[in-house]
Amino acid sequence: MAMSHTSKNRLCNLPTGTVVTGKWHGRSYRLLRRLGSGANGVVYLAESGRTRVAVKLSDDYASLASEMNILRRFSKVQGAALGPSLLEADDWQSPFARETIPFYVMEYIEGENFASFIRRRGKEWAPVLVVQLLSVLERLHQEGWVFGDLKPDNLIITGPPPSVRLLDVGGTTMQGRAVKEFTELYDRGYWGLGSRKAEPSYDLFAAAMVMISSCCPGPIEKKGDGRAQLLAIIEADRFLAQYKDVLQKALDGRYQKAADMRRDLLAASSRQTSTKNERKAAPGRRSRRQAKRRGKARGIVETVVIAAALLGAYGLYIYWQLAM
Amino acid sequence: MRTGTLRQILLITDGCSNHGEDPAAMAALAREQGITVNVIGVLDKDAMDESGRREIEAIAAAGGGMSQVVYAKQLSQTVQMVTRQAMTQTLQGLVNRELKQILGSDVSLEDLPPDKRGQVMEVVDELGETVALDVLILIDTSGSMKTKLPTVKEALVDLSLSLNARMGENRFSVFIFPGKRAHAEKMIDWTPRIEELTAVFPKLASGGLTPTGPALREAIAYFDRKRSLRSWISGGDEPYIEESSL
Ligand SMILES: Nc1ncnc2c1ncn2[C@@H]1O[C@H](COP(=O)(O)OP(=O)(O)OP(=O)(O)O)[C@@H](O)[C@H]1O
Ligand SMILES: [Mg+2]
Repeated sequence: MAMSHTSKNRLCNLPTGTVVTGKWHGRSYRLLRRLGSGANGVVYLAESGRTRVAVKLSDDYASLASEMNILRRFSKVQGAALGPSLLEADDWQSPFARETIPFYVMEYIEGENFASFIRRRGKEWAPVLVVQLLSVLERLHQEGWVFGDLKPDNLIITGPPPSVRLLDVGGTTMQGRAVKEFTELYDRGYWGLGSRKAEPSYDLFAAAMVMISSCCPGPIEKKGDGRAQLLAIIEADRFLAQYKDVLQKALDGRYQKAADMRRDLLAASSRQTSTKNERKAAPGRRSRRQAKRRGKARGIVETVVIAAALLGAYGLYIYWQLAM
Repeated sequence: MRTGTLRQILLITDGCSNHGEDPAAMAALAREQGITVNVIGVLDKDAMDESGRREIEAIAAAGGGMSQVVYAKQLSQTVQMVTRQAMTQTLQGLVNRELKQILGSDVSLEDLPPDKRGQVMEVVDELGETVALDVLILIDTSGSMKTKLPTVKEALVDLSLSLNARMGENRFSVFIFPGKRAHAEKMIDWTPRIEELTAVFPKLASGGLTPTGPALREAIAYFDRKRSLRSWISGGDEPYIEESSL
């Protein structure tokens, strides 16, 4: 259940240095800073001895317990990291609340938010990262799950080399059931393009939306015919238009498997390398980099001038002292 | 474990009642009969006045359900969330009661060691997915709600999308208040498809009184009638056969 307002505010504003001690296992975690918060709780970066971990606190026992179930299941999957690994679960007898606050401790995944990574490094990273994402999804689907709440906020880019990891398993649902948690913009039901049954195609719709929203400058809001609107957005963007076939197929729910969408996206990406568009994009970036370098050179000149002026002034000062 | 059908009333309103019984008392009555009452307060632009907010919270508290005050824009997300969460809450209550019977003492989810809670939640999740659910939607159509009704309609269609993705059966029925002849007027009889609402909504006329309490009372009575009729006809699991008069 969603947290009540007061306790949520308190939990979201714990000062740095707060020590969270578990009453069952007795281990302590010193909070360093808040990593993020959402509908179901708040996540802090913390240290326990020398190791850095992420701690999720909530006043909702039920949703925390559900999330831990999924993290535990994920950790049993061989050969792929489907989410952060779960380290411990405990309750904290906090000084400010009469009740105890449940929390769990997980692996801290250091990295950058998906959207800001694309903004910083360029759109050409979007298909690369979505291809990676589709490998993870393929594995997750093979295990009988659907991620559910797939959106840029729940993806983190670690590295180097850059690679995608999933965060926040709150929406993860067994296939065949109703998707537990979702975000409107990435939900095919909201767009009138399918049900909320947990099936692989549900995630693949969201994967297409992740790519669209991260390449599209403005906020997207549904107006009228959702499908027509999304297709118009794709066509209006030079970069996205190159992936129109794959994206459209995913939006329409015509991919049954992540691996199929991955293959098509890869094929479309390698087809792009020699198009006019890319060549045009590249010089743009180079000139930006040059501009930066030029800026740096100007900085050096400025430093030299200032140093010379200071030296001159100092010389004058010495001269003046001696002359006295 | 057998749970039968979960029964909820979802009240959507934007302010204070001004006619008839205290709605919180009626909600308490519903709770006594195993019906959870959830309340969603819809805002336009300005904040809801304090007494409206207090009434909404009081109704939900008395009705054993959840309440939330939102702007019309967020309505869809909220309606489905509140309904799902109230369902989980009720099921958790049932599972907790079961636990108490097994363990003999006053034990709930919170008292279990963290590593054991997951097992309980698995049972709750499973039930939430498969249990049958009846939701009676009670919509305030008095004056100020008029502009919000298109959003309410959208939210309800969205709700059916979420609930119909479950494996369990759903039934919805829609009442509005104030009604023409009674305090609450039936718009849609029990149906798994709330989309039928689209046809009915544009015809809604808004009136002056806001008889929230009496409307709740009539909604409860409708649940009862339905149940007794169903158990009269069969063991209770047969699809509901509509009454000819009302
Ligand atoms: N293991 C982790 N390592 C690094 N950062 C994390 C980790 N877990 C969570 N975060 C950060 O904290 C934020 C909030 O966490 P999370 O999404 O789990 O909370 P939530 O309450 O479930 O939110 P939501 O509203 O998305 O459901 C994430 O978006 C992410 O930025
Ligand atoms: Mg999140």
